[in-house]
Amino acid sequence: MFFKCTGYKMSEIFNKLYLYFQFPFVYYAMIAGILIALCSSLLGVTLVLKRFSFIGDGLSHVAFGAIAIAAVMNLTNQLILVLPVTIICAILLLSSGQNSKIKGDAALAMISVGSLAIGYLILNLFSKSSNLAGDVCAALFGSTSILTLTITDVWICGILSVLVVVIFLLFYHKIFAVTFDEDFMTATGVKAKTYNLIMATIFAVVIVLAMNLVGALLISALVIFPALSAMRVFKSFRAVTICAVIISVICATLGILISILAGTPVGSTIVAVDIVCFLIFSAAGKLKG
Amino acid sequence: MTKSEPLITCQNLTLGYEGKIVISDLSFIVNKGDYLCITGNNGSGKSTLMKAILGLKPPMSGRIILDGGLAAGEIGYLPQQTMIQKDFPATVREVVRSGLLNRLGLRPFYNAAEKAMAEDNMKKLGIDGLAGRCYRELSGGQQQRTLLARALCATRKILLLDEPVAGLDPQATADLYTLIETLNHEGITIIMISHDVDISSGYATNMLRIDENK
Repeated sequence: MFFKCTGYKMSEIFNKLYLYFQFPFVYYAMIAGILIALCSSLLGVTLVLKRFSFIGDGLSHVAFGAIAIAAVMNLTNQLILVLPVTIICAILLLSSGQNSKIKGDAALAMISVGSLAIGYLILNLFSKSSNLAGDVCAALFGSTSILTLTITDVWICGILSVLVVVIFLLFYHKIFAVTFDEDFMTATGVKAKTYNLIMATIFAVVIVLAMNLVGALLISALVIFPALSAMRVFKSFRAVTICAVIISVICATLGILISILAGTPVGSTIVAVDIVCFLIFSAAGKLKG
Repeated sequence: MTKSEPLITCQNLTLGYEGKIVISDLSFIVNKGDYLCITGNNGSGKSTLMKAILGLKPPMSGRIILDGGLAAGEIGYLPQQTMIQKDFPATVREVVRSGLLNRLGLRPFYNAAEKAMAEDNMKKLGIDGLAGRCYRELSGGQQQRTLLARALCATRKILLLDEPVAGLDPQATADLYTLIETLNHEGITIIMISHDVDISSGYATNMLRIDENK
């Protein structure tokens, strides 16, 4: 009886999914979601280790401010403005060393909260949108934007993701070495600063991409959770990186499927799955000793 | 004994940070094959001097001249442990190989010869059995050997060691000193920062003592 009941339910779920996947916007969301999850987890390990876990948050707020300005300026393609602004801020934040007047975390907090406030202010003052609260909510939590992607958005997302992955692979050894010991690399003639700039740029691209999926407030989760989960269990940089990517892709896929079936917001559902995954990996790490 | 050949010449060096002078008018020469031990109290500017020699921090005045075919970026360096490394997931092999990075240039991956060199250096320092182990789970002595192997991958000419035995037990300390002496006998110039004057003076060929306000 019980078996029959669950069997019926499973087939119902598959039918429902099959029905949903008839709509292009659903599989657009799926493709974009998986690509974004893949990219965002790549740099997570580096950022966690460099104590930059919150930089994703800060940068996404900058991107939010830029989106607000782009919306008021009626730009058809917001990326033209948002991407360069975010990249510049990423470079400023990541390259500000110990010598700057304002320390790293304070600078981050200042830029992040500042752009959030200015962005919201500009939207309130100049936006002609009839649903301002809805727009802001979508930008902050990514609640619906992932399901409104056009084919052009998916292409842009695809191209940027491929670029991020290729650059990461080409610079893999350099990223590892510079993260592990920047001073040693500089002393032995490696241009550590250049690689920091490259990392900052890739990261800005990832943040702008990820805003579509989870929104500005939840981006850090997408970057940090897979890396932290992988670090609980694996002990080499390569294994941690590969595992973080796999975790991130699986969690994003599950999260999107659940949100479609249960009608929950996409971004927060993915993050919830990431949290569950982190708890499982923490327990596994404890058992492994 | 070969004729002394200067490798690093410091002329009238004045060092400091945030406008505060720590070391003023310091001149010395490090010759090829030397084992120089730099001692001094905390805050006397030992680490600042080391950063200047490594090219990480420009001197306020004076010059540091690299001779004897030594180019900037050919100085191997054994730093003090940083916070980042305490929970870094990396195997010994990954850390040692990162010393090869200055050979890569624009190439993205290491070639077979470079990988073999990393294996050789691990064997030389007796950590080849630990190659797959996680760096953060090693003992202090093993970690220092790993970082030494990395430094040897970066250069065969000169090593700068910043308090290499800090936090090691007596046995590991003695082992590390012996190892450094062996490297020195093989022709690698050593500059070591230490506050352990008695022990290090037993190995060093030259001593440099830095005192405050001098």
